[in-house]
Amino acid sequence: MTPDTFSVELFTQNWTAVALSAVVAAMAIGGMFAASRMLSARRHSEEKLTTYECGIPPSPYTWSNINVRFYIFAILFLIFDVEAVFLFPWAVIFMQEKINEANTLPFYAMMMFLGVLAFAIIYAWKKGVLEWQK
Amino acid sequence: MAWFIFISLAVLTIAGALGVVVARNVVHAALALLVSLIAVAGIYLVLFAEFLALVQVLIYGGAIIIVLMFAIMLTRNTDYPKISDNKQWPLAALAALAFLGVLAPSFIINRVEGTKSHNASFEGIGESLFTTWAVPFEIASLVLLVALIGAIIIARSDEEEN
Repeated sequence: MTPDTFSVELFTQNWTAVALSAVVAAMAIGGMFAASRMLSARRHSEEKLTTYECGIPPSPYTWSNINVRFYIFAILFLIFDVEAVFLFPWAVIFMQEKINEANTLPFYAMMMFLGVLAFAIIYAWKKGVLEWQK
Repeated sequence: MAWFIFISLAVLTIAGALGVVVARNVVHAALALLVSLIAVAGIYLVLFAEFLALVQVLIYGGAIIIVLMFAIMLTRNTDYPKISDNKQWPLAALAALAFLGVLAPSFIINRVEGTKSHNASFEGIGESLFTTWAVPFEIASLVLLVALIGAIIIARSDEEEN
């Protein structure tokens, strides 16, 4: 689908299918929740809302901090997510020959990009970021 | 039909944005932001910008919201479940109104008419990104590398202090 041959009908058709599957998924999940809400017996009591129903009474607040170590994984995910975005337009064209004379350029451009980011993951590995230190 | 979809997506976007402002629980505010961002991705689709919609869902809906959630869960837990009004709200309201005051007249004065939606296809983006703009694209990988190494160094130095 190049810009010249772009068809609104085809685009609408494709994305209507996506929208329909999203609606069906939402209805399935909503149906499950509604069914469990309608079918389940509900007898509320104070104990049922506590973390443990027996044993030591929990401290008044259930919201605890997570380890700061997880944040580096979030940053790692963010960076490789940005990398993944570039893979999408690349995946459509890297096999095409009409791009330019040296039709291998898009392929090697992405390989260089991935190589630089592979260096990033090797650096993180060597620094021991990926290991859980006690 | 497109008009109807656009209106419902716009309503969803504004509802999510209002949810961010109104929610007293910070986590609920982050989830409302997610609704708003996904609805913006839908608006991009109405404009035939598939790639932009993909970026919006992957980067904003996925990564940014996750980083935001991590940041919320890492902060001190006594402060945030119930946030009250910030002292800076009059200033923020003033800034928002001033921004609206610039946007609305410029939209009315410079009314754009008779434009057609153009599809920025994956192929077109790929062709220009990997041939014409190949060098900036490679530099982007270096920028990502620097960001990652910087994040690792900051995280490490924090641990050594503890």
